Amino acid sequence: MSGQFSDEPMIDVYIFETTQNIEQLEQIILASEKESNFGEAAINEIFRLMHTIKGSSAMMLFNNIATVAHAVEDLFFFLRESKPAQVDCAMLSDLVLSGIDFTKVELAKVKNGDTPDGEATQLMQEIRDFLQLLKQTNFPAAPPPDRTPAPVNQQYYISSDRRTPHLAQNLFKAVIFFEDDCEMENIRAYSIVHNLKEFTSDLHYVPVDIIDNDASVAVIRENGFTILLKTDSDYAEIHKLLNNTAFLKDFELIELADEQEFVTFQTANNLNPMELELKLHEQLAEKVVLNSVPKAPTELKSGVAQSIISVNVDKLDKLMDLVGELVIAEAMVTQNPDLTGLELDNFHKAARQLRKISGELQDMVMSIRMVPLATTFQKMHRILRDMSKRLGKEVTLEIVGEQTEVDKNIIEHISDPLMHLVRNSIDHGIESNQQRLAAGKTAPATITLEATNAGGDVLILVKDNGKGLDQAKILQRAEQHGLLNKPAAEMSDREIYNLIFLPGFSTQEQVTEFSGRGVGMDVVVKNIEAVGGCVLVDSTPGEGTKVTLKIPLTLAIIDGMNIRVGNSRYTLPTTSIKESFRPKPNDIITDPNGNEVIMVRGQCFPVLRLHDLYQVATAMTDFTEGILIMVEQDTSSICLYADELLGQQQVVVKTLPNYIKSLKKITGLSGCTLLGDGSISLILDVGGLLEHVTHQVRS
Amino acid sequence: MADRILDEVVLDQEEDTQKGKYLTFNLGNEFYGIEIKFVTEIIGLQPITEVPELPDYIRGIINLRGKIIPVMDVRTRFKKPQLAYNDRTCVIVIDIAENSIGLIVDSVSEVLAIPETDIVPPPEVSSGGNRYIKAIGKVENTVKLILDCDALINEEEVKIITAAVE
Repeated sequence: MSGQFSDEPMIDVYIFETTQNIEQLEQIILASEKESNFGEAAINEIFRLMHTIKGSSAMMLFNNIATVAHAVEDLFFFLRESKPAQVDCAMLSDLVLSGIDFTKVELAKVKNGDTPDGEATQLMQEIRDFLQLLKQTNFPAAPPPDRTPAPVNQQYYISSDRRTPHLAQNLFKAVIFFEDDCEMENIRAYSIVHNLKEFTSDLHYVPVDIIDNDASVAVIRENGFTILLKTDSDYAEIHKLLNNTAFLKDFELIELADEQEFVTFQTANNLNPMELELKLHEQLAEKVVLNSVPKAPTELKSGVAQSIISVNVDKLDKLMDLVGELVIAEAMVTQNPDLTGLELDNFHKAARQLRKISGELQDMVMSIRMVPLATTFQKMHRILRDMSKRLGKEVTLEIVGEQTEVDKNIIEHISDPLMHLVRNSIDHGIESNQQRLAAGKTAPATITLEATNAGGDVLILVKDNGKGLDQAKILQRAEQHGLLNKPAAEMSDREIYNLIFLPGFSTQEQVTEFSGRGVGMDVVVKNIEAVGGCVLVDSTPGEGTKVTLKIPLTLAIIDGMNIRVGNSRYTLPTTSIKESFRPKPNDIITDPNGNEVIMVRGQCFPVLRLHDLYQVATAMTDFTEGILIMVEQDTSSICLYADELLGQQQVVVKTLPNYIKSLKKITGLSGCTLLGDGSISLILDVGGLLEHVTHQVRS
Repeated sequence: MADRILDEVVLDQEEDTQKGKYLTFNLGNEFYGIEIKFVTEIIGLQPITEVPELPDYIRGIINLRGKIIPVMDVRTRFKKPQLAYNDRTCVIVIDIAENSIGLIVDSVSEVLAIPETDIVPPPEVSSGGNRYIKAIGKVENTVKLILDCDALINEEEVKIITAAVE
């Protein structure tokens, strides 16, 4: 079934909505748990969200999600209606969170195109037991085996001429209106019909051709979706059933006294539905029992939120690509070789204007893709809660600068690393409560997530005030695993700390639920490096550890300096260039191993000849002919030797073709870009070059 | 729903029209064929940007209307003597498993329909010399060697070379 639907926009909408609902739920629950109190507003909100999830899941026929949501909904229904005095908050949160987790797992299956087939029996049982317990502790007098709370039927008026339910078949007419912007009304209507079929012996609806005819959407929007049905169920049951519909705005359920309308309806099915509608309304006007679904609180918010639309990321990527092409095309025009030597004042004026506009356009597109880190940071609350509970450590999470914005693509890459870092901090960094008190620290430890802008980079700090890293232990472990590549005595503090990021490294003696396998931390480095960032660790024994993730604001467009070596062109990110100069012959020193170094203002820097590194044929091999470019990353610098500088340009970063990437990782190349003349330039990765040089020097 | 079925029909037809058709090209005296379904387009030789540290048969990358694709010299790949590129030299762009790659060949001749009955498996050679040849097509008196595109780009040798370079 799901395979058939997988391309359908409906699934996308379902996944999107449900994910959002779940995130919202999680936040409410965590906030409530912190106050150890589920307020009335929170209960209502959770109830509403669960109701929505249940409705839409049932509509998509994901019954296991729907049943779990239903159970939780029941629970909150009880809380809302009966307002019990004693509620075990922690247990309640646990239950709801496990419900959420279940839904998340199932959602992931849906996303991958699998059928959500998770078994929820145990969870359901737990929820039921809890509800039972609640009832017993709070209302011991009440008869216990009253599981499903009766539907909210006390609030509506039921006409007096209603027949008794036992008397064979009841006739109902329902007119259903969907929320204004729910889309695909016809399919939603069909799902109602599908649900009702199980309970009815005879069923008719208007418009008739809901699935085949897309025009029916308009009719449903205009007049509502009308169903006539014959059933054994009573009013309350049908009402409850309809009430579960997703995106329900309003509905009327009327009990019909005789079969007259039914017959008219059947015979009039060929009539214009609008006329029919009117006729029916006239006939039934005096018997109408109106009932509207209580307006959800977020309905109010939606008025404000209407100025926000959600856009498929693919479209944004496409737009980004197009703008990238535009920037290149602009360079092609304004720097066209045909123009050299011509005096073109007006042209240059116009070209400047064009450049200004395309620059603004580019900034705008970039800003569209920028997403605040807040949601990623918020997710950590959950991890913190689960872990601190399980490990019996008191930890509070402090979040600073969550409004800092980062490119959407980058956000996806830092969520995992952050999770690993936070886990690691709680598991290894933070001492047990007793140890903390003995060390004279306050009992609740603090983990701080902090984001700040620093030039073209964003710094994300994960700080804890735990025991700090144990250098001796790290070294000992690294040695055991054979991960040391130079004598321990020669290593700087930072180098030692960085050992924890090596794959297979773990100081944990035993594999626990949370860590010890030695995978987590190298994932951090891999993910961060994948987006062109780096990871730094600082630690003070006894005071805590600070991990800094330095990531670029955006990947898509960088400010680059184009250089030429022989016939090849390379691009260096301008931010990494410190200076460029032509050295005097006697500034160059060659050490006994043949490594060249240059003395600049009393400091020595290694020299890397790009033509040597990449085996490019060039006539310029003498230092006095070409140019040296000093580049820097993370406080270390090298000088690159190239033939000449070609000029600065905004370049659109493209990755190397997959085929080449799968062949091998090329030293010091991070990607490629198109130059104004359509030729390709390779983007140099300063970090990679630095690493290459340090390796070379060591060997 | 109906659209989907229609799409499938169209796809099927497309598949059908492509079936049994081969783009033939030559390297020196031999004629080779590639199943037409892999071929995206044929372009003239473009300026190639060299990429360092790759096996010699990967000449570099080219800019195909904003898309950057690697190009492979099939001559070098088959360990044939290097020949200077001329105006008949072509790049056949093929698309295999989401990977686009350009194949540099001496010249492209034509698209041929070779019936399945005229296609025979390649002779068994113990040295493993015809790893890239999937089958042999007989067309009148000539023989077309049908390339195994998958083997051409996903191959053990690649990994060995990579390891050696490192």
